[in-house]
Amino acid sequence: MRVNGVEHSAPTDARRLLSDHLRHDLGLTGTHVGCEHGVCGCCTVLLDGAPVRSCLMLAVQAEGHEVTTVEGLARDAAPLHPVQQAFHECHGLQCGFCTPGFVMSVVGLLAQHPDPSPQQIEEGISGNLCRCTGYASIRRAVSRAVELTK
Amino acid sequence: MLGSLEDAKVLAGGQSLVPLLNFRLARPQHLIDINRISGLDGIHERDGGIAVQALVRQAAVEDSEVVARICPLLRDSVRLVAHRVIRNRGTVCGSIAHADPASELPAVLLALGGNVTAQSSRGRRVIAADQLFRGVFETSLQPDELVVEAWFPASPQPYAIFEESRRHGDFALAGAVRAGDSLALFGVASTPVLADRADPARGLEPSGDLEASPAFRLHLVRVLAEKAFAA
Repeated sequence: MRVNGVEHSAPTDARRLLSDHLRHDLGLTGTHVGCEHGVCGCCTVLLDGAPVRSCLMLAVQAEGHEVTTVEGLARDAAPLHPVQQAFHECHGLQCGFCTPGFVMSVVGLLAQHPDPSPQQIEEGISGNLCRCTGYASIRRAVSRAVELTK
Repeated sequence: MLGSLEDAKVLAGGQSLVPLLNFRLARPQHLIDINRISGLDGIHERDGGIAVQALVRQAAVEDSEVVARICPLLRDSVRLVAHRVIRNRGTVCGSIAHADPASELPAVLLALGGNVTAQSSRGRRVIAADQLFRGVFETSLQPDELVVEAWFPASPQPYAIFEESRRHGDFALAGAVRAGDSLALFGVASTPVLADRADPARGLEPSGDLEASPAFRLHLVRVLAEKAFAA
């Protein structure tokens, strides 16, 4: 599978979740693991450009697909991705645990709806939980990301 | 393969099965991933309805122009299934075969009088929705059968789906689907059930849990059914 543009060999264990494969085998610990049953959204990554829960996929299922994690948005010294920049500017994070998942969900949302309505923004982030209760600023960050993307 | 392996489960979208595996609530000996089988991801207009094949993601149904035109009830119902990120992987046929009593799509299939096509090495058969759901997570599918297609009749006018859940995207405490004069309920019995609009709660004995008592679920049934028929 390709992860952030780099080809990786298949995981050796068919039981391995994609989330565990990214973190433990590839060292991409930006993908967080919260609930491990698809509720919290922390482990959201892009599969061929669409956001999915990496804890609800086996790593072997990603064979032949392109996976993008939060590390793949702005490589090395590159400037932040517009969605990351917007979260930074709008204080769309507090402890940061949920942030990679929110960022990946919002990248997917803006790919689907480049100019989302307030309702589409709320729907788009409704599958991610933030326990620091930063939803108001996260909502603002999505609107800011729309401006930065234009 | 399904016929030859002991204790095998089909893995398609995995949005219900993988959580069960993660919690070790399901421990099948074998998983058969059908995602690489070609020719199973089509949405077709057929026999005055919509045929949705086994690998069609819920998000694809949500965005489908032909579904919106022929069966807008299905489109509206899919939007109530979890969240978009889940719908990007989850499949319509998987939801139906999983037969969670609180899920929307089995009740929609029942309200519309749709069916599924099951295939095994022995052949194909069509199972009507009212013959499919047998209990909590139980269907009349045989262990060697794969749901290759679900067929939803065109939604009659008027149609409506209403549900009540504690948080957006959660499983419903109770829900009601109206398709013309037909009413199906979900979340209030071991399977989705057809009900009489005049007395929708009659004969129901829903379970209670931390989120809703049986009496509250019966109350919701009456309110949601009334809303559906006022729509």
